[in-house]
This record gives sequence, structure tokens and C-alpha cells, in this order.
Amino acid sequence: MAKEIYVPPKQSAFGQLFDSLFLLGLVLVALFAPLFLKLAGGGKIDIPVQDKSTWEGLGQTAQQAAQWVKLGFTPESASSIITSRFDYSFNPVELAVTILVIVGYFALLFAFSRSEYREVIDERFGRRSEQ
Amino acid sequence: MTQTTAIHGEKISLLRVLGPAHVWALGVGIVLVGEFMGWNFAVGKGGAVAALIACWVAGLLYTCVAMIDSEVTSTVAAAGGQYAQAKHIVGPLMAFNVGLYLVFAYTMLEAANAITLGYLVQTVGTMAGFADVHDKPFIVLTIMFLAWLNYRGVYATLTLNLVLTAIAFSAVVILFAATKPWTHDMLNHQAFLNGLPYGWVGVIASLHFGLWYYLGIEGTCQAAEEVRSPARSLPLGTMTGMITLLIAATMTWYVCSGLMPWEYLGQATTPLFDAARLTGSAPLMVLLFVGTVFSTLASANGCINDASRAWFSMGRDRYLPTWFGAVHPKNRTPYRSIVFLVPVAVIFAYFAPLDQVITFSILSGLLGYTYMSLNVMIFRRKWPLNTIRRGYIHPFHPLPALVLLFLCSVTYFAVFLGYGTQLIAMMIFFAVASLWFHFHRYKYVRRGDQFTMQWPRPAGY
Repeated sequence: MAKEIYVPPKQSAFGQLFDSLFLLGLVLVALFAPLFLKLAGGGKIDIPVQDKSTWEGLGQTAQQAAQWVKLGFTPESASSIITSRFDYSFNPVELAVTILVIVGYFALLFAFSRSEYREVIDERFGRRSEQ
Repeated sequence: MTQTTAIHGEKISLLRVLGPAHVWALGVGIVLVGEFMGWNFAVGKGGAVAALIACWVAGLLYTCVAMIDSEVTSTVAAAGGQYAQAKHIVGPLMAFNVGLYLVFAYTMLEAANAITLGYLVQTVGTMAGFADVHDKPFIVLTIMFLAWLNYRGVYATLTLNLVLTAIAFSAVVILFAATKPWTHDMLNHQAFLNGLPYGWVGVIASLHFGLWYYLGIEGTCQAAEEVRSPARSLPLGTMTGMITLLIAATMTWYVCSGLMPWEYLGQATTPLFDAARLTGSAPLMVLLFVGTVFSTLASANGCINDASRAWFSMGRDRYLPTWFGAVHPKNRTPYRSIVFLVPVAVIFAYFAPLDQVITFSILSGLLGYTYMSLNVMIFRRKWPLNTIRRGYIHPFHPLPALVLLFLCSVTYFAVFLGYGTQLIAMMIFFAVASLWFHFHRYKYVRRGDQFTMQWPRPAGY
């Protein structure tokens, strides 16, 4: 018995253009949305310092201050960099949702791939019952 | 096996012209820029000591990647690298996703390179008295010029990369030697190292950007179809590339952390150029300016090469419109894929901040490494040892795969710390794209054509 060969439909030029634009649009929407919605970059906080107008007040030693000056900074222009810190506190529910999304994505990926792969193997090697 | 594509009824293939040096240049050329920019954001997330620990841990992660990839690539040597492997080992949807990981990891890295180059030109222009210099035109010009170069031909492109990469690597070595690391004349780690400002959670968080030291080295196998002797050239080029990067990363960290406050280093756009500025030596400044420019050009060049080949492979297999699967009749390059990806790179380079673009690139790479750890276990189960001829068999299986999976899990958490929204956005993008492929695009795919290796039927099927 001959192997069953799947013959895919021919895609029109318009269909090809639509698929290309769909992917391009999906990339831009999904990846730019956090940037446009100002949700990107996570939480940053400013730590309190004694005095933002002096290197000593910003907690910088003489050697550190000398390097800031060589890089073209004054205490005022460097203060926002020196006082900025990441805020690593997080909501456990957010973490659980993130884990669920990642695990769910890979589960979906492997489940769908498995069914598609079976079709590939059946066509390449023939169905088990045909051998 | 050389795969071909049909143009006007004529079969045209990619040219097999590359040797081990080109593979080294492709791998290191893409990644070396990670020493010139980006790695230092790990300092911002955890401090300089945390960044060094992240560098080592990421080195362990990439050693696992190199071990696993050497076995699978030496057995499935076809254009598209990990994409072709996923087709044969896991299935079409996985392959589609792996193709997208590769395209976005490299396209975002290309965008990051253009941003860095533009910033550097603006900085040096300002230092030279041209206060009105803007970075945006240079960002666009860089991407357009390199895309044109790739359009013209792969041999000239990667030969240029070889020269650019060698000069950029020399610049790192010369800077390291010029700072006299055996004395305290210039480097003063006691004055600038401040332990772990965020504690151990900062060490985990810094692993996010720790990947940037090496991200893209696995791109060497993208050129499998254009290498004269894949079984010899790919492992040789990849391993010498890893050694080069380990040396460069160590020297870079040592020089930068001994010259500048961690708060500045943690957000600098061009840390090695800044290190040269702090030495006060004009020749070193010129050298590191040239080194940074060359490293960004070489990296962006390699990225366009790799991303376009992954996109081309997907077009040829009908995972994407077949229009992308065309090879230029004269230049023998995947010219339509090269041109299509230009606007994606330009848009992100033009509008997105550097750390965000780098994060998208890292996340795409991270998804790919997660896949690799699972892929090699499936590979060994479907084709146990001695059932097919392997170019290389990596030792201690499944330990490298399990270590890689664990380190990938930790890195997801590291990205979640500070960049959780991007992580979710990226996952949603890949999930939606997967549904689109499975329920729409897959109907255009020829089933049996997805398996071209001369292997026996996989176990369990």
C-alpha cells in the first residue's frame, strides 16, 4: 500500500503578504506594549542620601568622586544614578502566574509538536500498520 | 547535504565557502560586543562582585550549551542550526518557535549594536565639540549598510567579520595590558568594589545580564550549510570561540571594576570606552573607540547573517510564506529575508532603550537554551547511542541537560526580578504565534519533507 502524502494548499500572494504582516504586527504589538504602557524596566526606587549636592553626601569616597569628575559628572548630575536601586520585592501571586505562563507555554509547545511530528514520521516512514 | 531552493525553475544552493576561522569569527564576532556593552547591566542588578559570579555561572550554562550543541549539531548539520534540529527531533511547532527564538535573539542584538554605535558616535562627537550630533541617523545607517553587505554575499561579509573581530579583541587585550593589572597604578579594586549591595538576591538577579557575556556563541551552527567541513569546523570554531570569550570577559570585568564606581558601571552604555577615558590616555581612547565600533559592526553583521538564515529556512520549509525562501540568483544570499528583518531591527533600535532591547534578546536566547536541555534528552531517547552515527557524543548525559535546565529556571527568575513585564509579554507573543502556526500556518507545510536525515524511525513512533 502506498504512503499517504499530504498535499498542502497553494497560498496566494495576498495570503503570503497577510501572514508576513500579521507576524510583523504581532512582534511590534507584543514587544512594544510594555514600553508604551510604561510597564517595562520593573520597579526602581531612590535610596535616601544625606545631601545630593556633594560627593560626600552621596556616599562617594574621594577616589570614586575623582572618577565621576573624569567622566564629566557633577554631584547633581550623578545623584540620580547613585541613588537609583532595583526594587526586588515581589508579589508571590505574580511569580506564580509567571511560572504558570512559562510552564504552560512549553507544555502547549510539546503537546502540539508531538501530534505534528507523528504526521511527519508517518508520512516519511509509513504508518506502523503499513509496515 | 546541500539544500537548494528554486528560483525561476532553477535549483540554487547556498555556497560552501567557510572554514573554521570564519566559524570562530561568526561566533566571537557576534558575542564579543557583549564585553564592550551590556554585560555591565549585571553590575547594576547586583553589584560588581555579583556580576563576576554571574559571569562564571553563565560560563557553566554555556559550557552545557556547547556540550549539548556539539553533539546535536555534529549529527544534524544543516542550515538553521537548532531550528533544523528541532524539526527532526521534536516537531514542526517546536522548530517554528526555535526559528523565532533565533531570529529575535539576533535581531534584537543587532538593534542593541546599532544603539551602542550611535551612542558612541554621539559621545565622541560631543567630546570633539560637535554638541549637536544625534545618534539616530547613525543607528539607521549602520543597520542599512550591514544589511546591504549581507545582501551582497556571505564570504565577503564573514571575511570582514574576521578582521573586525580580531581588531576588537586586540583592543581588549591592549587595554588590559596598558592598565598594568600587576600594579595598583591605575586599577584600584579596593576603592570600587563594595561587596554585594543587594545581597545574594542581587547575585541571582545579575544572572539576567550575565548571559550577555556569551549570548549568541551557539550561532556558529547557523552557517552549517555554508561550511566546507561542518564536522571539523563547527566544534573547533565554537570551542575556540568560548575560550576567547572567557578570556575577554575576565579581562573586561577586571579592568572596568577597578576603574569606576559600580553605580556608573551598572548603567554605562560603553563601559570599555569609558575605562579607556579614565586611563587618561588618548591613544587608548582612540583604540577603544575603534574596538567598540568594530565589535558592534562585527556583531550586527553576524546577527543579520544568522537571523536571515533562520528566517530563510522557515520560509523554505513553508513555516513562513515561501516568498522568504528565495536565494538571490547572483549573490546566492537569502536576500528577501535580509530585507524583511531590516525594519524590525530599525524600529527597536530607534525607539526602545538599550536594556530593554538586550532583555528581549536574552529572553529569546534563554527560551532556546531551555529547549536545548529538553531536546537532547528527547534526542537520546528517540535515537539511543549506536542507532545513528554521531559526530560527537557529549559525556555525563543527562547531567549537562539537567544543569542547563536548572540554570535556565534560575535565569527566568533573574529576569522576573526587575523585568517581569517583558518576560510575560515575550511569553504571550510566543504563545500566540504558536497557536497561529498550529491552527493556521501548519496546513501549508509538507509533512514528510520535514524529516530529511537518513536516520531510522525514532523510537516510540
